[in-house]
Amino acid sequence: MSNDLKTYLEALKEGGLSPEREARLAAELATAEEGHEPLTGVNVGRGPFACFSRSLYAWHDMMALQGETAVQSPYAFLTKSLDELLERDRQREEDGFPRKIQVGRLVKPGRGGGKVVVVPTTVEEKLIHDPTVRPPEEEGQSGGTGDGQEGEIIGEQPVREEGQQPGSGPGQGEGENHEMESSAYELGKTLTEKFQLPNLKEKGKKQSLTRYTYDLTDKHRGFGQVLDKKATLRRIVESNIALGNMPDVTDIDPSRFLIAPSDKVYRVVSRERDYESQAVIFFLRDYSGSMAGKVTDLVVSQHVLIYSWLLYQYGGQVESRFILHDTEAKEVPDFYTYYNSRVAGGTEVASAYRLVNDLVANEDLSRDYNIYVFHGTDGDDWDTGGTKAVPELERMLKYTSRVGVTIAEHGRGEYGGTEVSNYLNGSGLLKKHPELIRMDIMTEDADEARLIESIRRLIS
Amino acid sequence: MELINQHTKRIMEGCKERARDAGLRFTDESLEYIVTNRDLLELSPKVMIPTLYDYWVHDVEVLREKGKYELYPHNPYETVINTRPPISFYNDNNPDWLNVMIFYHVLAHIDFFQNNTYFRHTWDYDFNGRALSDKRVIAKLRAEKGRWVDYVIEFARGIDNLVDFHGNLTDLFIPAESKCSSRLDYYFDVFLQSVKKTPISEYLKEVARYNQCLKDFGDQGEKAFFTETERRHPELAAHFAKEEAPQSPKGRDLLGYLLDNSEFLDRDENTWMKSILEIVRQTSIFFQPQIRTKIMNEGWASYWHEKLFLRDNRIKGHEVDFARVHAGVTSMPRVGMNPYALGMRLFAFIEDQADKGRLSFAFRRLNDIEARKNYDDAAASGQGTIFRVREDLCDYLFLTNYVDQDFVDHHKLFVAGRRLDRKRMVWQYYVKSRKADDYRRMLLGSLYHPPAITVDQTKGIHGTLYLQHHFEGKQLVQEYIANTLMGIEYLWGGPVQLETSEARTATGEQLSGKKEEGEEGEIRWQRVVYTMNTKALSKKTL
Repeated sequence: MSNDLKTYLEALKEGGLSPEREARLAAELATAEEGHEPLTGVNVGRGPFACFSRSLYAWHDMMALQGETAVQSPYAFLTKSLDELLERDRQREEDGFPRKIQVGRLVKPGRGGGKVVVVPTTVEEKLIHDPTVRPPEEEGQSGGTGDGQEGEIIGEQPVREEGQQPGSGPGQGEGENHEMESSAYELGKTLTEKFQLPNLKEKGKKQSLTRYTYDLTDKHRGFGQVLDKKATLRRIVESNIALGNMPDVTDIDPSRFLIAPSDKVYRVVSRERDYESQAVIFFLRDYSGSMAGKVTDLVVSQHVLIYSWLLYQYGGQVESRFILHDTEAKEVPDFYTYYNSRVAGGTEVASAYRLVNDLVANEDLSRDYNIYVFHGTDGDDWDTGGTKAVPELERMLKYTSRVGVTIAEHGRGEYGGTEVSNYLNGSGLLKKHPELIRMDIMTEDADEARLIESIRRLIS
Repeated sequence: MELINQHTKRIMEGCKERARDAGLRFTDESLEYIVTNRDLLELSPKVMIPTLYDYWVHDVEVLREKGKYELYPHNPYETVINTRPPISFYNDNNPDWLNVMIFYHVLAHIDFFQNNTYFRHTWDYDFNGRALSDKRVIAKLRAEKGRWVDYVIEFARGIDNLVDFHGNLTDLFIPAESKCSSRLDYYFDVFLQSVKKTPISEYLKEVARYNQCLKDFGDQGEKAFFTETERRHPELAAHFAKEEAPQSPKGRDLLGYLLDNSEFLDRDENTWMKSILEIVRQTSIFFQPQIRTKIMNEGWASYWHEKLFLRDNRIKGHEVDFARVHAGVTSMPRVGMNPYALGMRLFAFIEDQADKGRLSFAFRRLNDIEARKNYDDAAASGQGTIFRVREDLCDYLFLTNYVDQDFVDHHKLFVAGRRLDRKRMVWQYYVKSRKADDYRRMLLGSLYHPPAITVDQTKGIHGTLYLQHHFEGKQLVQEYIANTLMGIEYLWGGPVQLETSEARTATGEQLSGKKEEGEEGEIRWQRVVYTMNTKALSKKTL
């Protein structure tokens, strides 16, 4: 695969690339061999320099002496439900203090069956020194020990890896976690109410589901719960005509009818399929090499929020499909894999769009579902000018209810806009179909409020 | 939580005997509990104090990336807590030999808690018991006042790092009768030295004159002394009056200041809040010495568990197991800092230096490198010295006094730097300096240090609480300012102002923490004042 990529890159180079962009593409290429296998366990503390930014105060006896790792977030242990906390938060606002609970900021998928935990979080503010703002001459420094002359370089580490990889918090075992469906539903409800996210327009498509209501819809002759007078009368008339008991149709005397027990038609209770509108959401995540660090967290957090919101809007009738792409796209079965796959390799957005189009066409999804596509990327794409992506997008817009593209920029500010945003703007699709496709660009250090705002932009 | 079994307890008692014989001093009783993961989940938000008051934030995952240890200056996974009796926590599946090692480690911690003078204020009562009664007070108030109790806890916790821990300690050590008047302090400590810049001979003459006055006039000595003094320096009174107000010790303790001076809290309907503020303040002060002695405390415990374990005749055959665990705990990382390793080496170094009589003026005067290398006057005062060090110092003094070039060279220590290679997009780690001064500065820079924020009553309009941040080269975390000031405003019952410094780039743009590494330009510091009035925050450049 790596060879294919190299040829791909060569071809791109011939087409002309700015040196900066070429360097970045090459950096992505270098990660291609690492593969995307899900991350396991804690990956902080890897490598010889892991201790560099570790505080003196991060050491403690339980860990050092008794091998007790820091107990993972106590969400499994929460004594308060999300509802209670949010109620408390609402009360805060009424009492005139700003809200303090943040929802859904942390996402920790468990291993079993795509479970996600929505963790309410908060922060206790104090007046403390900010270690990140410092005069330029003071770069990061720490202690060290061993050989080496002053000024000698003792080791190197790629920049991106230094940042958090996705999945830095390992999933807890199954069983104790809140299930995605229940807590996400509540989160969606919260989002809708708390942030006044818009309600969806009902789309006409209906499809039977596995839910049933019970109604007196079946008919039965002879006995039953409620007599269907009209149907019964019709049968009686039929029988009497057959018996020749009705010589003149213009002059009918009902009192002369002969009535057989089997002529009586009753309605009986029966199971009925319920019809509701429903949705399928495609979540597309760029897991190319450039996505390491915060951008991935951001994209996935947003996808969780969107999922929750749609889940609520559709009363639970939401099917989600997860698609990862670098230069090739693949569908993964659950959120855990979706969230935890390691970033590596190059980027071709079109591959993911193509896969969605194929899936929709093959399974004929557009007949029965409202289709939403949400795509998260850092905006890098090897496909210059979107020559492949834009046609696929156009195909997609024919059937989707909404396509939302989130671009989490690395904030390098090297050139105006990212590749993806440039060709999306260039294609004119955003202006032509504002009802169908939206794009939102944020920087990688966006906070929760910005995420919500972004969702509003994508959905409303 | 259940107690360890009798077999293990017997091992602990054996450890106590041996530790005592080696010179450690601690109370007879101690409690050891087995903890499960579930227990830890419950205990860690409460800093391992089982009886700490309930607060809803303990039940929520707290975001603490930014300035983690400045926000929570205590160890959530303490193995032993400083109570009477001391309580320590263990895994249920530790083998006996490992327990022996941990027991020695724990006993050295207990010895440290009970003998280091920075813990003086914790010696006379059992914190576990006090916490339990505090917890009941809060539970009772919560039953009466509902959610307002939690607001007050929240606002008080927002400033619980601004308690004057050192001032509190001073009161314990200086007996009231030995205190001299603040005027006398001012005259000798500030006026003569900083204002008048008197030469030493003159200064000593003044001291002699004061002593003479005391001798001649007894109780009236100070009065007589100042009658003469004011004749010589008529401006003294004015200087003193100007200086005194901000110097008042309570000004350094914001929580204490609010307790004493807030009219809002003095109202009848609000006095209940004072008990909460006092609880939060006492709890904070209780934990303060722990973080200020992290390197010493862990170093001391590691020093002793090594020494005592190797001497212990009960664990023959587990030397290799021990070596593995011990090395894991106390090896120096190639880059990074390990308080166990650093503290243990420094204690061993001090002991060795003292044994050879090198902590002396005679040794310091030596310039000849050979002579320094071979200096040994067989003083053999090592043990005594390290016991004194563990009694008198905190991390700051421990590092300032004893990290010298010999220590740095002996352990091949260096300041590790990190820089960005933009071309190849890699972090380069390099040896930045092997100078002891740089190494010490780096260590001191990484120690816990809350901002110095004092109440300044001379500034601000009437009814306003004016807070002065004494700038030490680091700005405050900006996104926390609004909510913290809002809390202070609530407790004060009026507008609050905070004067602080902010980083600006050369072009005058404001710098925030959100920027790419290595891109920062020249920083200018700008003094600004924040005003919080009826929950609205405004900022003015001074």
